[in-house]
Parts: sequence; structure tokens; C-alpha cells
Amino acid sequence: MLSNLGNLFITLTLLSSFLLIYYSAVGLKKNGSLIPEKIFRISKTQCLFTILSFFILLVAYIFSDFSLINVYENSHTTKPLLYKISGVWGNHEGSLLLWIVILVIFSLLFLNLNKLADKKFRLFTLIFQNILISGFLIFLITNSNPFSKLYPVPNEGMGLNPILQDPALAIHPPLLYLGFVGSSIYFSAALASLITKYNGSNFAKTIKFWVLTSWFFQTIGILAGSIWAYYELGWGGYWFWDPVENSSLMPWFLMTALIHSILILEKKNDIYLWVIILSILTFTMSVTGTFLVRSGILNSVHTFANDPSRGLYILIFLSIMIFSSLYIFYKYAPSKKSNFQFLSKEFFILINNWFMIFFLIVVLIGTLYPIVLEVISEQKISVGPPYYVIVMAPFLIPFLYFVSRGPQAQWFSAQSNNKKKNFLVLFFSVVIILVFFYFTKVKDVLINLILIFSIYLILQTILDFFRNIKKNYFNLSRIISHLAFGFLIFFISINSIFSTEYDLNLKNGEKIKLDNYEIELKDLNILNEKNYKKIVGNVIIRDQKKDTFEFLEPEIRVYNMPETVTYEASIKSNLFFDTYVTMSNLSGSEFYNLKFQRKPFMILIWLSIIFIGVGGFLRLLPMRQKK
Amino acid sequence: MKKIIFTIISISLFLFFIILFDSLKINRVYNTEELVGKPIPSINLEYLNEDKYFNTSDLSKNQFTLINFFSSWCGPCRKEHKYLISLSEKNLKIVGINFKDKKQNANQFLNDLGNPYYLTLEDNTGKKSVDFGVYGIPETILINKNLLIIKKYIGPIDKKDMNEILRSSGIK
Amino acid sequence: MKYTKILILLFSFFILSHSYSDEKMKYKIYKNLRCLVCQGQNIGDSNSEFAQTIKTVINDKLDEGLNEREVYSFLAEKYGDWILYKPPLKNNSYVLWLLPYVIFILGALILFIFLRKNTIHKK
Repeated sequence: MLSNLGNLFITLTLLSSFLLIYYSAVGLKKNGSLIPEKIFRISKTQCLFTILSFFILLVAYIFSDFSLINVYENSHTTKPLLYKISGVWGNHEGSLLLWIVILVIFSLLFLNLNKLADKKFRLFTLIFQNILISGFLIFLITNSNPFSKLYPVPNEGMGLNPILQDPALAIHPPLLYLGFVGSSIYFSAALASLITKYNGSNFAKTIKFWVLTSWFFQTIGILAGSIWAYYELGWGGYWFWDPVENSSLMPWFLMTALIHSILILEKKNDIYLWVIILSILTFTMSVTGTFLVRSGILNSVHTFANDPSRGLYILIFLSIMIFSSLYIFYKYAPSKKSNFQFLSKEFFILINNWFMIFFLIVVLIGTLYPIVLEVISEQKISVGPPYYVIVMAPFLIPFLYFVSRGPQAQWFSAQSNNKKKNFLVLFFSVVIILVFFYFTKVKDVLINLILIFSIYLILQTILDFFRNIKKNYFNLSRIISHLAFGFLIFFISINSIFSTEYDLNLKNGEKIKLDNYEIELKDLNILNEKNYKKIVGNVIIRDQKKDTFEFLEPEIRVYNMPETVTYEASIKSNLFFDTYVTMSNLSGSEFYNLKFQRKPFMILIWLSIIFIGVGGFLRLLPMRQKK
Repeated sequence: MKKIIFTIISISLFLFFIILFDSLKINRVYNTEELVGKPIPSINLEYLNEDKYFNTSDLSKNQFTLINFFSSWCGPCRKEHKYLISLSEKNLKIVGINFKDKKQNANQFLNDLGNPYYLTLEDNTGKKSVDFGVYGIPETILINKNLLIIKKYIGPIDKKDMNEILRSSGIK
Repeated sequence: MKYTKILILLFSFFILSHSYSDEKMKYKIYKNLRCLVCQGQNIGDSNSEFAQTIKTVINDKLDEGLNEREVYSFLAEKYGDWILYKPPLKNNSYVLWLLPYVIFILGALILFIFLRKNTIHKK
């Protein structure tokens, strides 16, 4: 029943897409500046259809209707309600449906939000948008249908992978999809803008909202994933340069570049083509990421079930997307003259773009190189965290400098008379670090330079804030994001130098002394929960230097459906450091492996990322920034 | 100029896509093929049931030797055991290295399923196995009298592997 | 420039090489190795049988007096470069390590040419 209804609704969505493409094409030929009412109506119905289809899948999950293969494979009756719901997008098919739902909703919003924009431009955008929608829908229907039936109907499902049963992970994919899919709007708008020879400045105003929205969601989506990895995977790391993480980071670099360069386009109608290229690239990169994640060609922590036929479809789709954009760009790109002034604000924005593209390409090379090498020479190598850190970290130093220098510059002109002040600030930053490290004795030149320049950025941004007060002109959004970025780099660097970890094997009741700590595995409790059994270790950590102690309770969980063992970290956080303990059993022995870590400033790292996002979010509010 | 740039971009993108298409076909099962052709390490391993050591370089006395890593707690090891037995019946010299196991359990295992090994050695910490590039058991290595690795199998061997081993060691 | 001199002077304090204590070195090595039986986890983070074994082997090798690089090359010899998260610089990785810098310089070049062409000079 649900299966038929679901199939009906997605088919209707697909039909609406075809209708929309047809009527938009007809509408293009007609005179008049209004979009036919019919298009609005179809668009609204289409939106209703997809939401209904999603709702049906949701219902199937909540009521555990195992006549759907998808529900059978990914759910279980004993699963808590929250995870029944999040189970909908915890698998390839369901998440693809969610992706399509967002895509359709965004198209409708775009149509309704830009009533003042040119008709042709809007219709072309709608056409491209619906081509994308049809593409994904055909993929869904032919290859990854969440409504496929199963007969005979089993009594019980196979369950959701326990490490995916987690609140942060429940919201992580929807947030990321809002980012990924949001970028489809400016992909379509960019192509439409090229074809209709749309005014650059107006184009910038139209897509600005979408760039900021997608960037904001991408930022907090990445954050949610990172927090999840931090406590759920039980490793105490928060970023692994894993291919799947990289595929969410790559569009983020482009979005960040776009947020900056769009300002130039808006203000002086310049670098139009560059903004177009960035817009096209962002969504292309999002789909590339989707390809990498879902085709299973990568070896990653987060891999969905692998299926090469999926990869083949997405790859064909991707190549059609890329080559047609390339063709449209080649055919319609106007040649324009630019006006630039060295050391003006525009100049620094271009510098930002230069670095963003560089970071993007490093991540791209690191992610794809092993794949390419294996195809060409059959040699298998791994590219992991050391590569990214070694290649990118040194470039943070000039980058931090430019981030602080940019806002001081003026639009259109090279005037700046802060030279002396800048030196003074730099001087102070060096002194702060020197005093700081007189006590701690970290001798890594690179880390020290990064720290100096992150403090430099922080100080400069604070000064920027006071200058703004004086001038009675506020750009709070920029100040918050830049300040938070400075803090982020600062805290990450500190975290990377001062994290300590101990790996030890203890028997029940045993204690051990390590440096200043005494670690005791006091006892073990076995408890039964609804869908798992857990062994809870009572761990006491005494800090002998400060004479304090902490109780932690790491768990080993044995889930019954599907039968999986997971290790739950126990984390005690405060503003200055996290105490992090994981426990695992060693097979064939009575020892337990405990990993105890002290990680400074974790909370502040999360907060910095939140504030980077908040900065962008403020831009979205209809707040008057000029007084 | 514009045309040239676009042609270059298109061609490189095209090549790139061909590579990605190819990458979909690659078999992603891990293997340690690069060890094939290299000699096994010369190390001492303790006998399972005696307080003596055996040096692996002594295996050069055999024309061919099959080295098998096994353990009583390993399910797949039970599955491949019958093939090891038939190989031993065809007079192939097989060395068993007992991996991270208890002596008693290992002997029980061999009593229950039969003993195909002419030599049973032990590696109770698993450290020695790293020298052989073992990454999970069962694993099986065929060497010749120069102690060079000819074949290496990860996971349980099946009938096909067994025939391949017979062919490579010149028995069949 | 008075400040520049002071800056350089202060900075010379930092020009000392970075060194890891033995304990830290151990964890650094763990983190730079792929756990071959896991999905994209490193040895340090994994609880698997394989990771436990490799950890004890690394500890032994360090006790025997091998340095970081020797431990890596020992394991790479047994398991291939696939186990190393930091690919060693050799024929198959020159492109990997050098291409980013080429791209960075290329970016600078494009930016420079673009600005040269489009800069308005003040009258």
C-alpha cells in the first residue's frame, strides 16, 4: 500500500518536473513580464507531491512497515522513535529522497522569492533546476527506489547501524543537504544568467541569499558531523581528513570564496565571469562529493553500502552536468573589462579566492590522487591527515595575515595608513606568544608562526570593531566570522600541541600511575537496555598535581539488531579541556584497553565554528547595516 | 585563444572522467601481492608443544612449503581446514603457525579437525606474524626452497586456491 | 625599522627544531598508520586485533632503537605503502606532493596577469 502510494507520488513529482520544463519553455517565447500563473501552481503541487512521498516513507519507518525493502534493511521495531525517523535518511535511498525534497522546495522558494527579477532569467533557472530534479528522480526510481517492495513481508527488520543511532548524526545529513542542495540554485541561476545575459549586479543580489544560506548550513552541517565523529567514533579526534569529510569541505571552500567575491559583483558589477564559474563549480563539487561517497570507490569511515551501478549513474549525470555547463559557458560568456586597484578591498577579496581555491585543490588532489594512481599504475597508497597538514598549514600564515588586512582596505582605492599600527599589533602578538611559551616551551616554528598570526588576526579584528563604532558603520557579520576564524585556528593549534593521551591495559579493579595521573578501573557493571546490552566501566582519574579527581563511565555496547559492538566514549568537558576516556575489551584476556585523553579547548573549537556560522547568518537577517 | 583554453579543459576533463569510470571497476579487496617474490623473514618461532625454537630458514630443506596461520577462535580457519588436510595428503609440507591462541585450545582444534601440519609453531603475541605481513587470519603463504614467496592468500583458501597451490608447487 | 629588528630578534628564539618525547612519538606513529582491517581508521584509534598487534610491534621496534622513519619503512615493507597515511616521496608521489605548490604559484600568476591587465592607475 505505502509502496504504491510512494511510487505514485514520486512519479507525479517527475511528471510535474517535465510539465514545468515544458511550460517554462513555452513561457519564454511569450511576451509580457509576468510568469504564467500555471507555473506557480504546478510548482506548488510538485512540492506537495515530494513532501507527501517523503512523509509516506517516514510513516513506513515509524510504523515499521517491512514490506518496503528499505525499511526492512535499515530499521527495527525496538528502535527508539527518534532513530526510526532519522533512519529515513540514514541510508542511501532515503537520503536521496530527502535530497530531492529539498531540491524541490528550494526551487519553489526561488520562484517565489525573486518576484522582481527578470522573467526570462527566472524561467531559465527553473528549467535548469527541474532538469536537475528529473535527473535525481530518474536515478531514484530506476536505481535507488526507497519504495521497492519485499515479498514475503518479514516480521522484523535488520536494524540501523548503532553508530548511526545518535542525535548529532540525526541532524547532520539534513543540514549538509541544505548546504549542498542550496548550491544547486546558484548553479542553475548562473547558467540562466549566462544565457539571458542578465545584469551581473542583479544576479549577485539574487543569489546572495542562497549563497549565504547554503554556506551557513554547510558550516553547521560540517560541525555536527565533526562533533559526532568526536564522541561517537570514540577516537577523540574531530577531523580525520577522511574522503567523506573532504567532500563536505570542498564545496564549503567554494561557498566561502563566493560569499566574498559576490560582494565585488554586487558593488561594482565586476568579475562577473569569475562569480559564474564559482557558482557552477560549487554544485558540481557537491555532486562530485556525492559520487565519491556513494559509489564506494573510497575507503572511508562513513561509507554507505557500496554499489558500482550507483556510481556509474551519478558519474554519467555529473559528466553531462559539467560538459553542458562548459558548453554554455563557452557559448555565452561575455567578454568584460575589469577595473582593479592594487591593495583595494577587491584586491584582497581576490587574494581570499586564490587561497580558497588553493585549499580546495589540495583537498581534491589528496582525495583523488590514490584513485587515479590505482587506475593508472595499480599501486595502492594512502593519503591521510599528515599530507593535508604538511601541505596546507604553512599557507595559513599568509592567509591569516590577508584576512586581517582585507577589511582595513577601502573599496576601489588603495588608501590605507595603518602601517605603523599594524606593526605594533604584530609586535604585540609576538610578545604574547613569547610570554606564553616562555612557560610551555613549544619549539615548533610553524605552530608558533600560526599562533602569532591568529592572535594578530584576533587583535586586528577587535580594532576593526572599534573603528566601526567610531565610524558608526557596522559590519558585525564580518567581524564575528573573522574573529571566530582567528580563534578557531588559535584553539586548533593549541589543541594540537597540548593534547595528551595514554593507552593502557587494566584489569578490573586495577590502578596505574602515569606522569601526574592515577587511573583506576574501579569496577564494571553490566546493564540491559532496550536494544542493547552494555558494560559500563567506572573509571577514576586522579590528577595528582592539582589534587582533583574525575569519574568517567565509558561503555562497551553490544547491540542486538544488527549485532554490533560499539564503544561509547565518556567525556567530561569544561571550557578549558575535555577529559576523554574510551574502553574496549581485549579478546581472550581479562584486560581492558583504556584510552585516556586530555584535549584542551574542545568546547571553544566548537564555539568558534558556531560563531563563524553566526556571522554569516546575521547577513541573512533583514537588518540595516548602514546607519 | 579562448578556443584553445576550452579545448584543453574539455580534453583534460574527459580524460579525468575516463579514469573515474575505470576506477569503478577496480576490485577493492585488500591484498598483499607486493610481498610475492620476496623472501620470508628468517626468525625463530617456538614449537607449539615443545620448548624449542625453529628457525624459518630451515624451511629451505623443502622443495616447497606452505605456511598457514591459524587459530582455534577463528571461524574461517575451520572452513579451510579440510583443504589443508587434502593438501597434506598430497605430500605438501605444511607449517602451521598458531596465532594468538591458547596452547590447549589449539591442540583441541587439531585433535577435532585433524592435523595437516608437519610442523606446528606458535606466535602467541601475534608479533612474529607481522614479519610475514599477516594482517588477519587465516592467511596462507606458499614458499619455494629459496624461501621466496610464490603465493599469498588472505582469508580462507577454497578449492580453487587449493588447485592453484598444487599447480604452483608442481604436484599436479 | 626599529620594530622589524626587534621582531627578528625575538623570533630567533624560536628557531630551534621540534622534538617529540618517546611517549608522544609512539602515539604520533600510531596515528600515521592505516588500520588495514578497518574502514579508514588509524592504528591508534582502532580497537581491532590487528591494530593491537601492530601497536605492540611498534613499541618493540622503538625499544630496539629504531627511529620513526625506520618503523614506517619496516611496516611499509610488510604491508605496502597503503599502510602509511603520509606517502613517502618517491616516483609515484612526486605529483601528489608537488602539484599543490605548482597550483599555488599558477594561481598567483593568473591573479598577477589579471590585475596587470585591469589595473587603473591613478592620474
